[in-house]
Amino acid sequence: MSIHGVSRRTLLKAGAAGLASTALPLGAIRSAQAADVIVGAVYVGPRDDFGWNQAHAVAMEILKGVDNVEVIEEENVPETDAVAKSMESMINLDGANLILATSFGYYKPFVLDLAKKYPDVQFRHAAPLWNADTDPKNAGSYFCYLNQAHYVDGVAAGLSTTTNKIGFVAAKPIPSVLSNINSVLLGARSVNPEATVQVIFTGEWSMPVREAEAANALADAGCDVLTCHVDGPKVVIETAEARGVKSCGHNASQAPLAPKGFITGAEYKWETIYTMYADMLAAGEELPNFVAGGYHNDMVRNTAYGAGATPEAIKAADAAIEGLKAEKPIYVGPLKDNKGNVVIDKTYDNYDPVLDGMNYLLEGVSGSIT
Amino acid sequence: MRSGAAPAAPPYPLSGGRQMTAVTTDTPVRLTDSTKFRAWAEAVAIPVGALVVSALIFSIFLIFLGKSPVDYFQLLWKGGFGTSFSIQNTLQRAAPLILCGLAFAIPAQIGLTMIGAEGALVLGGFSAAAIAIPLVTGGVPVVLAMPIMALCAMAVGGAWIAIVGWLRHARGVNETISSLLMTYIAIAIMNFFVEGALRDPGSANKPSTMPIGKDYMVGYIPGTDIHWGLVAGIVLAIALQILMTRTTFGFAARVTGGNARAALAQGLPVGRLMVACTAIAGACAGLAGYYEVAAIHGQANASLVAGYGFTGILISFLARHNPIMILPVAVMFGAIEASGGLIQRRMDMPDATALVLQGIIFVVLLTSETLYGRFAIFQQKAGAERT
Repeated sequence: MSIHGVSRRTLLKAGAAGLASTALPLGAIRSAQAADVIVGAVYVGPRDDFGWNQAHAVAMEILKGVDNVEVIEEENVPETDAVAKSMESMINLDGANLILATSFGYYKPFVLDLAKKYPDVQFRHAAPLWNADTDPKNAGSYFCYLNQAHYVDGVAAGLSTTTNKIGFVAAKPIPSVLSNINSVLLGARSVNPEATVQVIFTGEWSMPVREAEAANALADAGCDVLTCHVDGPKVVIETAEARGVKSCGHNASQAPLAPKGFITGAEYKWETIYTMYADMLAAGEELPNFVAGGYHNDMVRNTAYGAGATPEAIKAADAAIEGLKAEKPIYVGPLKDNKGNVVIDKTYDNYDPVLDGMNYLLEGVSGSIT
Repeated sequence: MRSGAAPAAPPYPLSGGRQMTAVTTDTPVRLTDSTKFRAWAEAVAIPVGALVVSALIFSIFLIFLGKSPVDYFQLLWKGGFGTSFSIQNTLQRAAPLILCGLAFAIPAQIGLTMIGAEGALVLGGFSAAAIAIPLVTGGVPVVLAMPIMALCAMAVGGAWIAIVGWLRHARGVNETISSLLMTYIAIAIMNFFVEGALRDPGSANKPSTMPIGKDYMVGYIPGTDIHWGLVAGIVLAIALQILMTRTTFGFAARVTGGNARAALAQGLPVGRLMVACTAIAGACAGLAGYYEVAAIHGQANASLVAGYGFTGILISFLARHNPIMILPVAVMFGAIEASGGLIQRRMDMPDATALVLQGIIFVVLLTSETLYGRFAIFQQKAGAERT
């Protein structure tokens, strides 16, 4: 019988159809257009996380409006060789000439290796890691001192609290997080000497369940303003709103999440850096290897005040912003840590590298980093 | 001679799975090339058909999103296989998936649903990085240090998952639950050391162990950007295929997987077999961890927790727990992941789209399992009368 033959033929046909549906190049694919500057951005999480990644994506959205600039983006790229391949794919398949690697763990070894492999492509990474002595010249770092905006949070929170307890949900006890916690305290103390900060470390950058538990525990402990430093502050802000306590944001705007209790929040203003890079590349100039800043050069901002901010808090916070723009120091020494040791001997400039190695919580913060 | 070689696909389904052997055992002696071809054709046609159906369902999903399926599959091809860079990208991503797929498949053959490969990978990678510290500072030659690190990773990963097998046999602890929970413990153990005693003081904002240094890193396969983990995966897949199909150990393991009580009654050392299979699984995952450390990161840190162990579960199911079949399935997943970025960028689609495709393939392929033995054209004429 020919059943056998038919089956084979049918099989071949089915196979061919399957291949055709997946394999054959049937038409033109939209390719990266012939822009002068093609900027590729890689994010470690989703672009709409109400946090770190959203802050970058918002800035990239603004960059899309710049003439002659093409923006390509990839989200949820883990800090493994996946990011090396993503960046390489942007270079090889899309012709990117500037790569923005936005997550801490992308730098070493991935950005460093690729920068050596592709000397004509510029790589910039969002943390102060570039080393002038050892790292390739087509790589570099950019960074914003968000603790300045957290200082403003602290000022507004210090005048919004009635229990004098501000709760802080923190990810890991590393310098950049500790600096934000200490800045909230110093901001609050600058207007309310009775204010204290209670901190709970979750141990992970993104652990929503633990963040909710921590936020609830802080509210139970009498904190009536909550803020945080985790990758996605959504859970903390929503929990605060649900518990009827006020909140200050982190990384991006969380104002829509807390219509009743939102005071203000610390936000990055990456677009200042990104548009500068794009303009310089378009003009054929060399990009700086290291860019850092805060309020004085328009690299951070505070979220527009929400319903939780009292008129006097707004007034004091606005004054604090003016002070920071004039580079008024936050860390006015001498200051002790919460174990009684003098850890800051004198007054430091807001960008002093000494502060980048911070490994203590100041007196007035209850919590432990070990 | 030939008549004995007839049992058709699937070689070893999970216990309770639908088996085709029932059809073939009572077949007449005259097994011909035609019969073998039919069995082979069935084993190819059903998965390929399932993939085509998955592609069609996914296309409907894309059309609802207002995107062109043609563009999607073109980009999938381009990003996965279209250029030499794409192929290397795909194979590099497949490397850890092969090893993690094997880590699920071997326990599955003995009837255990062991989902803790992630933990063994993390601990294996961590222990390789930890033992590298004295080796590197002591100046041990690279040719000696590398195998020590790899063996350490396999031993630690193997011992970790062997606990799961032992708990199952000796204490009756459900291996799925215990292996999942042990994954969390493994990650916590690594974090404890990486953020404490073994932390490199230079790793301020991302706690890590001391870098092992370029000299002690595993290089790339010459002429490519693919690390040697791919070769290790292929070699292990072949070796485990032979172990499970051509040795008494493999036979005993599969008998146990079919019915552990019957195996006990036959006098098979069920407990030792379970511990051995789980140890092999842990060693595979631990080796994946070694390559993550020695070929990619150069140190151990939280980046080891990348979910390869869990993707391995999916891959093993799609390969029907067949070590050799894990290779093409892992490459397919590597291609989906490798092209994911390009698709995000060009079609402006969220990253989760690739997960939707993976999910559809998974459901359709598992559903297609029920089709074996149901198409008359694939059956011997005697078998065809059954329907």
